[in-house]
Amino acid sequence: MDASSALPTENTREQTFRLWRGERDEGEFQDFKATVTDGMVVLDVVLQIQAEQANDLACRWNCKAGKCGSCSAEVNGKPKLMCMTRLDQLPANEPVTVEPMRAFPHVKDLVTDVSWNFEQKMKVAKFQPRAPDAPDGTWRMQQADVDRVQEFRKCIECFLCQDVCHVLRDHHKHDEFIGPRFITYVAALEMHPLDTADRIPALKEEHGVGFCNITKCCTEVCPEHIQITDNAIIPLKERVVDQFYDPVGKLVKIFSRRSTNT
Amino acid sequence: MTHQPLPIQRGFGETLRRDLWWVSPLIVFLSFSAFLVYGTWAAFQNAYYTYGPYLSPFYSPEIWGDSHWALLGPKPGWWPTYVPFSPALLILPIPGLFRFTCYYYRGAYYKGFWADPANCAVGEARKVYRGEKPMPNALQNLHRYSMYLVLVVMAFLAYDAWEAFWWLDMGGNVHFGAGLGTVIMWANLVLLSGYTFGCHSVRHIVGGFKDRLSGQPIRAACYSGCSRLNAKHGSWARWSMFSVGFTDIYIRLCAMGYITDWRIF
Repeated sequence: MDASSALPTENTREQTFRLWRGERDEGEFQDFKATVTDGMVVLDVVLQIQAEQANDLACRWNCKAGKCGSCSAEVNGKPKLMCMTRLDQLPANEPVTVEPMRAFPHVKDLVTDVSWNFEQKMKVAKFQPRAPDAPDGTWRMQQADVDRVQEFRKCIECFLCQDVCHVLRDHHKHDEFIGPRFITYVAALEMHPLDTADRIPALKEEHGVGFCNITKCCTEVCPEHIQITDNAIIPLKERVVDQFYDPVGKLVKIFSRRSTNT
Repeated sequence: MTHQPLPIQRGFGETLRRDLWWVSPLIVFLSFSAFLVYGTWAAFQNAYYTYGPYLSPFYSPEIWGDSHWALLGPKPGWWPTYVPFSPALLILPIPGLFRFTCYYYRGAYYKGFWADPANCAVGEARKVYRGEKPMPNALQNLHRYSMYLVLVVMAFLAYDAWEAFWWLDMGGNVHFGAGLGTVIMWANLVLLSGYTFGCHSVRHIVGGFKDRLSGQPIRAACYSGCSRLNAKHGSWARWSMFSVGFTDIYIRLCAMGYITDWRIF
């Protein structure tokens, strides 16, 4: 490399990064100065600090392309993927704060224990397809019918939606509410054209969909731009209404002898 | 969660966010409050709600009342004297309940009025939270019923907008024409239609409750249309709230003689 290429360019500057350091429930912010350029993302700087200034800094990451969902954190107070947050999106003249997600138990520095999420996934009734359409054991379905659930399959399980949800983050209802990520998971199964299971009673009771008060924070932070509130949570709330709060609609369906799932 | 402690809950308004997170809930609080105060005042007036072929949307449909729009004539004799009467008080509970239980408004006023949360990733004041699961908050599920009723009200508002084209001249003859009020009433109807037909409950009953829409082109088209409107439901909600209030103000000011309706043709 030419020595001149390592010199600061017009867009290179020194910026302060305020990173959360500590283990379990104890810790504090620690300032680091880093030389940065506009094209960098927050994860670049965190890894640079880890390499040059704090070798013991704990940080979870993997793909650095916004697809693995590992580097979730809170940047300047907002849940974000560190690898998808460019520095030119942040104020250049202020310290950048990076802290771990607040809805999950803290492990060390920027790392949290997200295993609770996988426990929630286990609670959701699995995919139960109808009998195969063809003698060879395969099914037939229209692309138009699966388009709706394919949006939910974009989820990378970064759990930023879980982190920002005030029901988990502030009210710690982890035992009563599965959170937006897994309501979306329920939606992906429940709205699937081949699925036959009924998850609505569980959604109302054990999964606690009624705790959601539609603040849309989950939709705001989703890096995959899934319309979590409008396309997953509210349609499922409407299905809860179908089963538990709309006797008129139920009567109409009985008399028209139609099933909601066909 | 039992295995490890969670971070301590932040205090009210505590956050590391750098943006003006308090602006949007403040705007919601001020604009919704202004609409509520004006709407309540206008509903209790029981006067100046018609002008020419115009009828204020706050008073439509007029079930009982003193104008020629009244469906069942003047106020009934059995109406208790100690109960205030206004045609608006009979009809406003329907759109009022529809908006109060609307998914957009719920999200907005939980932030703007109840600060639960004040905004995303901002600390809350309350330690106790029950969501919409138990009563009375479970009554938010009345949205489905208020939606059924609001569809009827919408039919009357569409009729009112059509009637706004028909003017009575001095000789007692009816002529086709339009004033600025006609334009305002049609704009209000369009905005209210965008809000109502983009409602999550409407979207659900026209097709959202089904997992398969292929082979049902009409239902699929309705669902697709509702979904397109639903994508901007918040904007439709805000603009239609403004247009309803503005239409009432315009007709009221014309009726009170403060302004003159501009006759286009």
